Amino acid sequence: MQTSSSNSTSNGPRPDWPAIAIWTIATLITATFCCILLDILWHGLGQLSWEFLTTAPANAGRDGGINSILVSTGLILLVCLSVAIPLGVGTAIFLAEFARGNPRFSRWVRRSLDILAGVPSIVFGLFGYAFFVQRLGLGFSILSGGLTLACMVLPILIRAAEEGFRAVPDGYRLGAASLGLSRWGTLRQVLLPSAMPGLVVGLVLGIGRAMAETAALIFTSGYVDRMPGSVWDSGRSLSIHIFDLSMNVPGGEQQAYGSALVLILLLIVINSFASWIAQRYRLGQQGR
Amino acid sequence: MTALDFSTHQKTDRPATAALIQAHDLSLRYGNKTAFAAVDLGIRAGEITAIVGPSGCGKSSFLMCLNRLTDLVPEAEVTGQLRWGDWDLLHPKLDTTCLRRRVGMILQKPNPFPLSIWKNLTFPLAEHGIKRKADQQQRIEQALQEVGLWDEVKDRLKDSALQLSGGQQQRLCLARALVLQPEVLLMDEPCSALDPISSRRVEELVQEMRGRYTVAIVTHNLAQAKRLADRTAVFWNEAGTGHVIEAGPTQQIFDQPHHPLTRDYVSGIQG
Ligand SMILES: Nc1ncnc2c1ncn2[C@@H]1O[C@H](COP(=O)(O)OP(=O)(O)O)[C@@H](O)[C@H]1O
Ligand SMILES: [Mg+2]
Repeated sequence: MQTSSSNSTSNGPRPDWPAIAIWTIATLITATFCCILLDILWHGLGQLSWEFLTTAPANAGRDGGINSILVSTGLILLVCLSVAIPLGVGTAIFLAEFARGNPRFSRWVRRSLDILAGVPSIVFGLFGYAFFVQRLGLGFSILSGGLTLACMVLPILIRAAEEGFRAVPDGYRLGAASLGLSRWGTLRQVLLPSAMPGLVVGLVLGIGRAMAETAALIFTSGYVDRMPGSVWDSGRSLSIHIFDLSMNVPGGEQQAYGSALVLILLLIVINSFASWIAQRYRLGQQGR
Repeated sequence: MTALDFSTHQKTDRPATAALIQAHDLSLRYGNKTAFAAVDLGIRAGEITAIVGPSGCGKSSFLMCLNRLTDLVPEAEVTGQLRWGDWDLLHPKLDTTCLRRRVGMILQKPNPFPLSIWKNLTFPLAEHGIKRKADQQQRIEQALQEVGLWDEVKDRLKDSALQLSGGQQQRLCLARALVLQPEVLLMDEPCSALDPISSRRVEELVQEMRGRYTVAIVTHNLAQAKRLADRTAVFWNEAGTGHVIEAGPTQQIFDQPHHPLTRDYVSGIQG
């Protein structure tokens, strides 16, 4: 009723406010993102050099490069993924393929995962400190940090991977079962390759979150900027390095910009690599 | 009783007129929804049995009992008797892998795996222990010849099966069932997702299978049932539950139906 009366009183086409609002918001967000990116590029490009990547940080990070930081970041990520991927994909397979007879249980697991995915990272940091650092006695180490990050990215990884498996047409499962094929063989040959896009999405989201993390790492992997000798040593990740340089180290801005640029480039490289894998998997699957 | 052992089974043991697979008072429930109840139906060896009836009266569900695909639906509960000669097909310890090797199935929507044409056929073979390249080659060529696909795909066996047309995909699915050399073929509306020419093609293939395979085919197309089937069973929905209201030789079902609903249905008035 109200719309029709307001319609009859206005002459000419009404402006489409919701569409305008959405476009404005989208433009603002994109513009903000571009500003940040340009700012980092502008200040960071001058820093970027082979030397920056291969020398050790000096003078609290104001001078030198970030070689130990890169190694620590890589190791933390390695620990995180080598735990999170098998556990995450396994859980996703269980939820999507094997827990169908028990919808209440899987709904419960799914809801818990969604809540976990929304927990602030500082909470994971405190958990990691209490559990890995103190209880398991792993100390401030790359191992503690990587395991804490694994806990953090697992919910994201599981949910995305599960969606990947759910997107696989049921016809494949029925077809395989009606041929008397084993579940394991079907999983390996048909379901896993078809679910690959979902797995890659989960991986990219997870790595993105892990790389950006500071709060969960400060209390677990620590912020020692020396070159780590093993995963038992403390190590400083790129994001913590950026945080430290810009917050606690006067005169560290230039180095912070350089490190931020490296972080962004790394994320872009990982992203492209992941989609390349997904693409290749799909092609390989069809062309064999 | 060697209830679970299929390996010694001989097809020639029984007279040709007896049912190869016999359902007796068979019912299927999904939770508290009964899909069909009290079905008595025999599938005779070497014949084509058509299953017709309106949607939702349990035809697909009945087929799924015959190769125990109902095991995949957690809430499905089958009761009654289903026998293949002496073997109890509802036995909880039945070797379903072996059963499904002997009972192939084709679904309405072609569902080749997203693999190459070749892999679609070697994968089931390898899973069933046929791993020698020469054996695989021989069986695959034979199956593809049988479905009339060999000349169309022999030069592109490494291409994705998803690049084939719908009709070719359906024939590939048929070949995929045939490489395992089954005795029984279950077909759930195999033509209804296909264009008329491909549909005709598949129908001809089924026609050629008479005598060599035992076929149970669900179809919505009464003319097709009339052309194809030796015997026809009419499923009907009564108070939300499927029943077989009439079953017998196809000619009798279409020319002298006993049940009034069958009469209306085959003359196109009902259903
Ligand atoms: N997986 C299932 N869970 C619950 N109900 C089902 C399931 N599959 C089929 N049904 C129900 O069982 C009845 C028979 O279905 P179906 O066998 O597919 O019939 P038809 O093939 O004759 O169309 C329908 O009412 C359908 O809703
Ligand atoms: Mg059906």
